[in-house]
Amino acid sequence: MRRTRAVFAFAVLAVLLVLTAVLNVIIGSVRIPLADVLEIFAGRGADVTARTILWQIRLPRTAAAAVLGGALALSGYLLQTFFHNPIAGPFVLGISSGAKLTVALLLVFAARRVASISSAVMIASAFAGALLAMGFVLIMARVVDKMSMLIVGGVMIGYICSAVTDIIVTFADDSDIVNLHNWSRGSFSGITWENVAVMSVLVFAAALFIFLLSKPISAYRLGEMYAQNMGVNLKLLRVCFVLLSSMLAACITAFAGPVSFVGIAVPHLVKRLFGTAKPILMIPACFLGGSVFCLFCDLLARTLFAPTEMSISTVTAVFGAPIVIIILLRKQRA
Amino acid sequence: MADYYVYTQNLSVGYPKKTVLENIAIGVNRGEILTLIGPNGAGKSTVLKSIAGQLKLIAGTVYIDKTDRSLISKKVLSQKLSVVFTQRLRTELMTCRDVVATGRYPYTGRFGILCAKDRQKVEEAMALIRITAFADEDFAKISDGQRQRVMLARAICQEPDIILLDEPTSYLDIRHKLEFLQLLQNMAREKKLSVIMSLHELDLAKKISDRIICVGEHCVERFGTPQEIFRENYMKTLFGVTTGSFDETTCGMELEMPKGEPKVFVLAGAASGQETFRRLQRRGVAFATGILFENDMDYPVAKALAAKLVNVKATQRIGMERLASAKELASKCESVICCREHFADWEPENRELYEYLQRKPSYRG
Repeated sequence: MRRTRAVFAFAVLAVLLVLTAVLNVIIGSVRIPLADVLEIFAGRGADVTARTILWQIRLPRTAAAAVLGGALALSGYLLQTFFHNPIAGPFVLGISSGAKLTVALLLVFAARRVASISSAVMIASAFAGALLAMGFVLIMARVVDKMSMLIVGGVMIGYICSAVTDIIVTFADDSDIVNLHNWSRGSFSGITWENVAVMSVLVFAAALFIFLLSKPISAYRLGEMYAQNMGVNLKLLRVCFVLLSSMLAACITAFAGPVSFVGIAVPHLVKRLFGTAKPILMIPACFLGGSVFCLFCDLLARTLFAPTEMSISTVTAVFGAPIVIIILLRKQRA
Repeated sequence: MADYYVYTQNLSVGYPKKTVLENIAIGVNRGEILTLIGPNGAGKSTVLKSIAGQLKLIAGTVYIDKTDRSLISKKVLSQKLSVVFTQRLRTELMTCRDVVATGRYPYTGRFGILCAKDRQKVEEAMALIRITAFADEDFAKISDGQRQRVMLARAICQEPDIILLDEPTSYLDIRHKLEFLQLLQNMAREKKLSVIMSLHELDLAKKISDRIICVGEHCVERFGTPQEIFRENYMKTLFGVTTGSFDETTCGMELEMPKGEPKVFVLAGAASGQETFRRLQRRGVAFATGILFENDMDYPVAKALAAKLVNVKATQRIGMERLASAKELASKCESVICCREHFADWEPENRELYEYLQRKPSYRG
């Protein structure tokens, strides 16, 4: 029965993924009907504008939302498992903000010297920031064992990083921060194919690695003591947790800025959908779920108040924050 | 020591900055139960975690089947040794069957997918521990007693030679304590398991253990069979008891003896006096009692609570001397309570004491 439910749940996610992806491609300031999209794919479409919009704007953006959304949910899932805390995630723990800080620094101070910054450099700097914030979170986790305190600490780290980022932005030249402003609020706009290629390589590699770790992760769910008794190499697994979740969070922040709540909301929803939390199912399911969630939120961000575009975090917060509240209330009752 | 299946040599345990216990030499055979007793915070858990390999050893060696444990690979060790810890598991959407199945971890492949044989082992373990009835319920929603049994089934399903349990009966009520320990005993016997656990319940420890380790505040004080450990007044020393008393033969505990000179003389014996002793204790009345054979059930209670006591070895006659001292004690008391009317052939002195007391004006039945 469980197997049927898993198959059904994967089917639901797959259908939703296709559906949201298609909607993202056809809906926008210029509406491109599905028939035209297929024409353009086939290389027959005549309309140059539509073709450009599709290839240069919509498709890379859709692909990025799908890849980064998956990465975000997966990063959240890893952090929740690692800290045994259902409301951990890259955003609430301040990891995204740490990455944002270093990327902002890079953009402001390097932009004057080099013409353009490559995706790899962006990611590297975001990764450094993410690890830095993660380091602080880990130190805190050693001192406090309470779930709520860890989160409060993470949020504080996030605020500190954001404040420093704001200071940097305030004192930077306007020309340096043309893109910085949009980006620092979180957005999938302006993503190029080159970005997509780089992020896909990194995110898919990380996701595959995580999937290969699903057995030790499933042992880790019972707590470190039992995991060790089952023969898990705890030190190695902890390092993997930290590096992989930071890596994923860094990818997202480097390209889309900090995106809130996806990391918490999606794993929670996916667990309800599957009725289990087995890592071997959760890892691919969270990825798919994150893709669907981000595609859906990006669609709303772009279209709801068009031509004004909302930041992606605004939309994800609207859907994600209530879920966090629900989780907290449930925990309280248990 | 080297004859034991599991044994330690010069073992020192603790944390990098603080050694908790030094020079531990303990051992257990297959099919035997070894229990750690001792005051809270003395380091029972530390010893267990060190044997299990959760804590780095400060010094010394743990041998399993004559092999240094640190030389055994993680995988092989996980097939030899399983654990049940006190800390409550925070599981998420896991049924009891899922939790038990995690015991198969060391036997599954790259992705941890259970094969038919693994599934069968899971079902067998659940049947053995009698938890099949609630196998599909959420682990987070069952009772503490059930949860502890699930954890035991999980440990069994790991097919170990050794099981370590840290205070497995802590959250359980008396019914579940007995059920759990009985299961554990059966497992040890049938599966030839070496069981090493810590227990708070001294009475149960005395009964279930083949060997006992006494973990004191500073060192492992004693290691031996229950007979060797439960010697008079030792538990008071081990636990630093200053209030009340503990009797090693019955494992009975009594509150503090009422202070002062005895005001009441109680004629007790043949298990007739215990409740009277305790009633006087509750009112804070000091009392004297006699004449008790040392194998009488009243004797340990009287020893703990009576200010003055006339007693006699189980294999001796009472004799006129003891009778005289009992009469003298009674005459100094303000009142007398007789708890019994019938006396055996071998205690004519008690009958005489009874008749003497009845003639006293302060006599109460």
